[in-house]
Amino acid sequence: MRIGVLAAQGAFLEHIAVLRELGVNTVPVRLPYQLDALDGLIIPGGESTSIRRLMLDYDLMERIKARARKGLPVWGTCAGMILLAKELSEPDETLAVMDIKVKRNAFGRQKDSFETRLLISALGEDPFPAIFIRAPIIEKVGDKVDVLARLEDETIVAARQKNLLACAFHPELTKDTRFHRYFLDIVAGSG
Amino acid sequence: METGTWKVKIGLAQMLKGGVIMDVINAEQAKIAQDAGACAVMALERVPADIRAAGGVARMAAPAVIEAIMKAVSIPVMAKCRIGHFVEAQVLEALEIDFIDESEVLTPADEAHHVWKHDFKVPFVCGCRDLGEALRRIGEGAAMIRTKGEAGTGNVVEAVKHMRAVTEGIRKLVDTPEEKLAAIAVEMRAPLELVQEVHKTGKLPVVNFSAGGIATPADAALMMQLGADGNFVGSGIFKSADPEARAKAIVKATTHYQDPRIIAEVSKNLGEAMHGLEIKQIPPEKLLASRGW
Repeated sequence: MRIGVLAAQGAFLEHIAVLRELGVNTVPVRLPYQLDALDGLIIPGGESTSIRRLMLDYDLMERIKARARKGLPVWGTCAGMILLAKELSEPDETLAVMDIKVKRNAFGRQKDSFETRLLISALGEDPFPAIFIRAPIIEKVGDKVDVLARLEDETIVAARQKNLLACAFHPELTKDTRFHRYFLDIVAGSG
Repeated sequence: METGTWKVKIGLAQMLKGGVIMDVINAEQAKIAQDAGACAVMALERVPADIRAAGGVARMAAPAVIEAIMKAVSIPVMAKCRIGHFVEAQVLEALEIDFIDESEVLTPADEAHHVWKHDFKVPFVCGCRDLGEALRRIGEGAAMIRTKGEAGTGNVVEAVKHMRAVTEGIRKLVDTPEEKLAAIAVEMRAPLELVQEVHKTGKLPVVNFSAGGIATPADAALMMQLGADGNFVGSGIFKSADPEARAKAIVKATTHYQDPRIIAEVSKNLGEAMHGLEIKQIPPEKLLASRGW
């Protein structure tokens, strides 16, 4: 199994560190040829405008879109979730592959960033430590999308649509590897 | 739900990694920076080169300037307070700024104390010239570090010196026997726990960007290859002939820092870089990096 982590900008080294700890062959992706021979791709947290700029400039937007449509498992965390969405509350270019509507900076500025523990049944009974940093939320999901996690007020913060996985928080900033293992199960075809 | 935690503070810095934070003085420049791919902007009244030229006392930017920039962009906005001026920091926090830079580029307000940054919910970034200074600032609550370089010069030599000093400091600490760490901590005037942590992990506990003198795509890639997590670019962009093109090029060079062909490609047709200053020709009392302790 070979997992790529988009390394345009953001917390890509953190994802790579978790995957390597789990014994997974991991490669940073900055140019289109690096997408070849991948079994899965993670789009990390960072600034979505910055990541989008670098994806457009190096022809990654169309290439990733095509691969995702053909079934490549792709997991977007925070900025990555924004880039997967078909619709944004303030329109901007995205990969537009996942049937979710996303609102950026939904909680406000950095002073509103927070930590909490989420019940995510797909990951087992223990609550998952979730760090939300200037985080987006999912405002709406399509019929084929499964909601994986909600805040106490019902706000959707993680979802899955077949090969596509999205979360508004940062599993790569915690020591809990369950979300990464969940994605690896999707890649292995057993999730 | 808990806000303002250490993880949330250092987490924002982690989201900025691999990116470029650009100094801007108005909404128009902020938009140019965002469109070019900046991961954050620093809201200022003057870029460091102009602060250097103007002389006098440099203070926190006016709230109206900061608010106009915050309104113009969706990326994080940072602003500078004077070293030790905890009320400027309180004002910036009240304005809901995303990150405060307690900066030597402004005139220090306290010659003995930096801001006690643990008291704030907003994260702070501080400058350093070596590992000891970095750990002193982290001990006070800085959630991000940048090497100081020499701001407003367009000369990368000091940035290189400070980045190498931090890296060398870490290397030495890793090789130091455990029983000597307490003595080293005293020598560094840094908290023992932080010295022990760096000894164990071989890296700083927070993100470390480079700053102070980056003017070209090659400068930006140089700092990344020397181990920076990302770059602050101050005067280097908006004091150059074509800020838009240069901003884009520096963003690309920061991402593709290991790819000389891309750095060569993005370095074409940028027009003239900012005029640089030779450090030795600046009188010692005008050097900004020596502010702070």
